Amino acid sequence: MSHNKETLREIVIETAGINPRKCMKCGKCSGACPAYDEMEYHPHQFVSMVEAGKIEELMNSEAIYMCLSCFACVERCPRGVEPASFIEAARLALIRQSGKNHLKAEEIPAKLNDKLPQQAIVSAFRKYSK
Amino acid sequence: MQVEKKEFKPTIVAFCCNWCSYAGADLSGTNRLNYPANVKIIRVPCSCRVNPMFVLRAFQRGADGVIICGCHPGDCHYTTGNYYARRRMTLLFSMLDFLGIERDRTRLEWVSAAEGAKFAATMNDFVETVTKLGENKRLEDLRCKKQ
Amino acid sequence: MQRIGVFVCWCGSNIAGTVDVHKVAEALKSEPGVVISTQYQYMCSEAGQTLIKDAIRDHKLTGIVVCSCSPRMHEATFRKTAAAAGLNPYMVEIANIREQCSWIHKDMEVGTEKAIILGRAAIAKVHLNAPLVAGESPVVKRALVIGGGIAGIQTALDIADAGFPVDIVETKPTIGGKMAQIDKTFPTLDCAACILTPKMVDAAQHEKINIYAYSEVAEVKGFVGNFSVKIKQKARMVDTTKCTGCGLCVEKCPMKKVPNEFNLGMDKRSAIYIPFAQAVPKVATIDPTACIKMKTGKCGLCATVCEAGAIDYTQQDSFIEEKYGAIVVATGYNPINLDKYDEFAYNQSPDVITSLEFERLTNAAGPTAGKLLRPSDGKHPHTLVFVQCVGSRCDVANEKGKSYCSKICCMYTAKHAMLCREKYPDTDVYVFYIDVRTPGKNFDEFYRRAVEEYGVHYIKGMVGKVAPQADGTLLVQGSDLIEGEQLKIKADLVVLAAAIEPDKSARPLATMLTASMDTNDFFTEAHPKLRPVESPTAGVFLSGCCQGPKDIPETVSQASGAAAKVIGLLVKDSLTCNPCVAHSNELMCNGCSACEKVCPYGAISYEDKEFRMPDRTTAIRRVASVNPAVCQGCGACTVACPSGAMDLNGFSNSQIMAEVDAICK
Repeated sequence: MSHNKETLREIVIETAGINPRKCMKCGKCSGACPAYDEMEYHPHQFVSMVEAGKIEELMNSEAIYMCLSCFACVERCPRGVEPASFIEAARLALIRQSGKNHLKAEEIPAKLNDKLPQQAIVSAFRKYSK
Repeated sequence: MQVEKKEFKPTIVAFCCNWCSYAGADLSGTNRLNYPANVKIIRVPCSCRVNPMFVLRAFQRGADGVIICGCHPGDCHYTTGNYYARRRMTLLFSMLDFLGIERDRTRLEWVSAAEGAKFAATMNDFVETVTKLGENKRLEDLRCKKQ
Repeated sequence: MQRIGVFVCWCGSNIAGTVDVHKVAEALKSEPGVVISTQYQYMCSEAGQTLIKDAIRDHKLTGIVVCSCSPRMHEATFRKTAAAAGLNPYMVEIANIREQCSWIHKDMEVGTEKAIILGRAAIAKVHLNAPLVAGESPVVKRALVIGGGIAGIQTALDIADAGFPVDIVETKPTIGGKMAQIDKTFPTLDCAACILTPKMVDAAQHEKINIYAYSEVAEVKGFVGNFSVKIKQKARMVDTTKCTGCGLCVEKCPMKKVPNEFNLGMDKRSAIYIPFAQAVPKVATIDPTACIKMKTGKCGLCATVCEAGAIDYTQQDSFIEEKYGAIVVATGYNPINLDKYDEFAYNQSPDVITSLEFERLTNAAGPTAGKLLRPSDGKHPHTLVFVQCVGSRCDVANEKGKSYCSKICCMYTAKHAMLCREKYPDTDVYVFYIDVRTPGKNFDEFYRRAVEEYGVHYIKGMVGKVAPQADGTLLVQGSDLIEGEQLKIKADLVVLAAAIEPDKSARPLATMLTASMDTNDFFTEAHPKLRPVESPTAGVFLSGCCQGPKDIPETVSQASGAAAKVIGLLVKDSLTCNPCVAHSNELMCNGCSACEKVCPYGAISYEDKEFRMPDRTTAIRRVASVNPAVCQGCGACTVACPSGAMDLNGFSNSQIMAEVDAICK
């Protein structure tokens, strides 16, 4: 199942439940991010990429696996924009696109840190313990 | 042979504009910030009221240092007075320097009504500088000296 | 020889703690002219003042020296005391032995010695004091407001409501100013005309307000409370008393190709015109540079159709002279000229417009009847690019722009972008910004609404180039600093938020008023924080953008503030002048003008006076004379005077020299 650019954007925004236009581009999210150095796209960019409809780039990035889902960006954002939610939505969109409900560890790009599955567990705990 | 010498206490004349520096001097008093008693303040409406003649007169009568204090540039009560003072004093001070009155014996300083601490610090520093230079004899008119 | 009394105050232990007041009083007793020298615990108390009063009477004192706290504290008190005892209040000198002596010195001997010297200096000065009498000058109870925009209108209404007659001088044929050209106002989106025109009508109908439209200030003489102003009424070629504003002449005028300045040249008007439907006064004006009758003598159609017989081709400029107690400057602003901004192609494409032009394009009474259409082809634009800070926030050395922030652009751009998206949801709207500055009530919320609800694309970065394309679009090239990329947008319309600058009439007016200006030609305030609506020149007040960029609410507040200051001045029957003013010795004055040039208040003028010469002939010499009502007593002139003719009351050359002498002895 594949989507065009526009509907993909809508899906991600709907899944995240956040209006990316609320972002006023202050950069506090990236300022708070502990995984900043590991990412090629940074939390503030997630929001503007979603806003600009660059979902494919986001989905194909390594950054979405580097995100710890620590939610520091969500916590700190002065305008209630949740960069982490967009990441979650992008991950979810990726899973859905492959027609599954979950992602296997070996499907995660090879060059990533081999500790990653654990991060995914942390992420899942954070997500579902809310 | 050691000559018994009295500690040199310079005579300092400070012209202070009524609106900023005089108030700043008052503030340093209110805050009990010490500065030497050699400094005697003359109140003028504005630093632009200070005629170069007054400075010359002070040196003629035996002052060891003269300092003029005005409002910060842009804050003059009369809008532009301190700019006139700055120009006039720059000219006068370099002329005095030429005449042999060391440049450090004269000073122009901006002190606002809120800068009591700056006033005291400025006076302490100025007195110290002038004390190091010693007595000023260059322009003093001995005929004016009180017997 | 003066008979001087010296009064040393203990100020409880404040002075007496570190200064031996008895010793000071004793030492000063032997100074020349001193007939009584005494001390008391609290000189400023009732008992202390009685002591001074009694001494003045008993010892027939002609001058007193009070050694006490700072003159900034109690000089006024002791002057009143002296006056109560029949002594001229300006025969009082204060030696500051508290703030500048007892409070800063801990050693009793040092403090006492300094207090004696300060006392001596004050005695030396009081010897040379002369009784001064504060003069009075009458106040003409009428105000002049220069400029008939919202600032001028509000100031005039407030002054008139307080019962004082006001004249408004407006250079255009109608009052209303820039606000009349604006479509909607941020952040409430009220229609500007709906809130402005009732005020214009109020001003026109107010019995205390007189509007001189199509007029200019030609000459200003006088000073606070007593200005004499010559007003030039430009010839309209229409008798304003007869014209009913029916507009028939405008309809019939054959010359219809004059660029309409009210719509910023985006459409045409006739040679005889009424700027807009709600103009006040609603009378026609003939543009002599366009009128066929005025240029060739043939035509005269308007005169034939005018039923009121108001047209008069022979009308000449006329002058009115009126006296005013106060003058309010409300000359307003204009967007800067963008001709030099080639990078934005303002001169190359009609589809690159200024924000004020955009206002007219969206205004129902504008050239497109409120429909947003491209000026080039009249088509509906789909992609709009707004560029902020065009000509604002440039380096001081920049020839094209201004160094300051024009303050209103962020908000009106947000308004334009929002309105555009609201009316035409099919449009894509981009705003390029350096910063978005929205300090003001409900301002930031307004801007966020433009982004969040209306989906305006705000891009941090500047547009570097606008290139008109062959297909009629504009290629906008700019940077997105947050994304770190260069954007190329194919736009249909580019709107430039041009910096605003003071009206060109401001500088010559400031010269006439001797009011000071900054390097940007904005009028300067008497104090940037505490006296923001007054000019340093007494009797001249500031209202609106002539003092600095302002939005409407700020302008109206300042206008009312200026009005309050004017009312405060006009309720007085006369003004008491500060007697410590400069005066020139006419026998010494050589009329060189040096003093006039340094005077920040324009208080010095020259007059030709007859003098008796030693050989009994008379000679006419040009000498300086100081207007004591205008002089504020700074003393700049006294130093500038090469012949020593200029001196300052209360701080004379000889007085200050005497102080210097006393200190240096």
